[in-house]
Amino acid sequence: MTTPGVPAVHAAGLYKSFGKVQAVRGLDLTVQQGEVVAFLGPNGAGKTTTIDMILGLSTPDAGEVSIFGHTPRGAISRGQVAAVMQTGGLLRDISVRETVQLTAAMFDSARPVDEVLTRAGILDIADRRVEKCSGGQQQRLRFAMALVSDPGLLILDEPTTGMDVAGRRDFWSAIRDDASRGRTVIFATHYLEEADAYADRIVLVRQGTVVADGTAAQIKNLASGRTVRASLPAGDRPLLAGLPPADHVEFDGGRVTVRTADSDSVARFLLTTTGAHDLEIVANNLEEAFVALTADEAGTTAAAAAMEGERA
Amino acid sequence: MSQSTAMQDRKPSAGGVNTTFLWIEIKRMLRNRRTIMFTVLMPAIFFFIFGLSNKNQQLPNGHSYGQYILISLTVYAAMTAATGAGSQVAVERAQGWSRQLRLTPLLPGAYIAVKAAAALTLSLVAVIAQFVIGAIAGVTMDAQTWLTAGLVAWVGSLVFAALGLFVGYLMPSQNVMQILGPALAILAMLGGLFMPIEIMGDTFGTIAKFTPAYGIGQLARSPITGEFDALWIVNVLVWLAIFVGGAAMAFRRDTSRV
Ligand SMILES: Nc1ncnc2c1ncn2[C@@H]1O[C@H](COP(=O)(O)OP(=O)(O)O)[C@@H](O)[C@H]1O
Ligand SMILES: [Mg+2]
Repeated sequence: MTTPGVPAVHAAGLYKSFGKVQAVRGLDLTVQQGEVVAFLGPNGAGKTTTIDMILGLSTPDAGEVSIFGHTPRGAISRGQVAAVMQTGGLLRDISVRETVQLTAAMFDSARPVDEVLTRAGILDIADRRVEKCSGGQQQRLRFAMALVSDPGLLILDEPTTGMDVAGRRDFWSAIRDDASRGRTVIFATHYLEEADAYADRIVLVRQGTVVADGTAAQIKNLASGRTVRASLPAGDRPLLAGLPPADHVEFDGGRVTVRTADSDSVARFLLTTTGAHDLEIVANNLEEAFVALTADEAGTTAAAAAMEGERA
Repeated sequence: MSQSTAMQDRKPSAGGVNTTFLWIEIKRMLRNRRTIMFTVLMPAIFFFIFGLSNKNQQLPNGHSYGQYILISLTVYAAMTAATGAGSQVAVERAQGWSRQLRLTPLLPGAYIAVKAAAALTLSLVAVIAQFVIGAIAGVTMDAQTWLTAGLVAWVGSLVFAALGLFVGYLMPSQNVMQILGPALAILAMLGGLFMPIEIMGDTFGTIAKFTPAYGIGQLARSPITGEFDALWIVNVLVWLAIFVGGAAMAFRRDTSRV
């Protein structure tokens, strides 16, 4: 057995830049064996860049990574980690079965080909050429390839992108089944519901660093407090300079939205000092926590934009 | 079922060459119509155009033109086949397959070895096809000559397998052979595979001696010319070193996403 205390992943102080773009800046992540962790963040947050460094596909500018106490390469050559990447990684001109056979041929010990095809739910299309497979089928094939070495750690980078709702649900039930056998799973996603529904723990990333880390409930509490909305006469905006401490202030048409831990003071201020009316106070949900925590300094939130895109 | 094995600390896999890998590689290559066209069809057409009409003539240096051109075009066929096989790595990179392989225990050396073996399989097909065509067309040589020339053309094609890998790693193109095809034809011409260098003139004749197809061509024809120069072997080894070194360097740099 691996020493029980050895974390599945330990990453400390990771940095990676591409020219002027600082994709990852000082990211720390420790994942214990058996955890199912969502790596949640808007597009461009640095999820894929981090995963590449964890897997040893790219070298960090600074920082260190170990997987089950080994270097990434050491863990890969022991078959302890496998990954389902966001794109590519398949040969178009061979069949589904040949792809898995080929992958299995690289390892000294591998699960039987038909077993992993069955677990990924693609045994029935085993003889189909990869280029003839749908996006969802190709994703299942990547999953099958990742199961070949029976790895202790499985990393998935936005695995359900491009799948329809039913496909997504099936895919996740296969992953959940698998995780229940004790496999450690880390998946990157920008879908909040996926993180909420399938992870024991959510690591929220924004602009290359971890901004929150905990269970879905803990994350909700972090951006706790409430959202106060009210209609505000345009001329009263300057008065908001005197607003009690708030996490986030936003204008939309004639309405102002304030996220705050102290909704009573904010409401009192709006109703007494400004001409605000039609005031409402709601408790934050996870989606609002996500938006609040991943908002850019600029105010327009990349996260909000990403989530708008998702609803569209 | 997986719990027990998944949690164990394990030994590193050897990451070596294996027959499943090699067999699938060879199948992929033989399924590819374009490769077969470059390997078998084109050199055959060249032989019918350049070789057949004057196969019974004598060269200025006194040798049979038919033998000279058959051996030369066989070298050309083998080098095209090997380059084509090696350059398939460009397609694999474009599809993200070489990146995927980095998530397996496979060692770079083993990968190159399998690619080289697959390239040699294809160039063997090319050599045999070309010899069969030559024999049917009536070119005669003694057994020793067939064997030596064939072996040199075949083994020498390794140089070009390395060239194919090198270029395949450098270029993003899915159609890398459209660039390599004409380049190989020029190298073949400069190497004296389409016409004897003696008739090229001094300048070209001198340049020719430093090009990568020259050494292999001279060595392959030595059973009919009776000549030998150690510099030909030097030519082959130097180009092999250059292309292998280039391929290894490009391989190490290649980690980009697709
Ligand atoms: N090879 C690259 N060259 C330049 N910029 C890159 C490269 N890879 C990623 N980036 C940039 O780094 C940032 C993080 O990207 P990425 O890790 O792909 O984010 P995510 O996976 O969270 O969507 C983005 O701004 C992206 O444009
Ligand atoms: Mg990504």
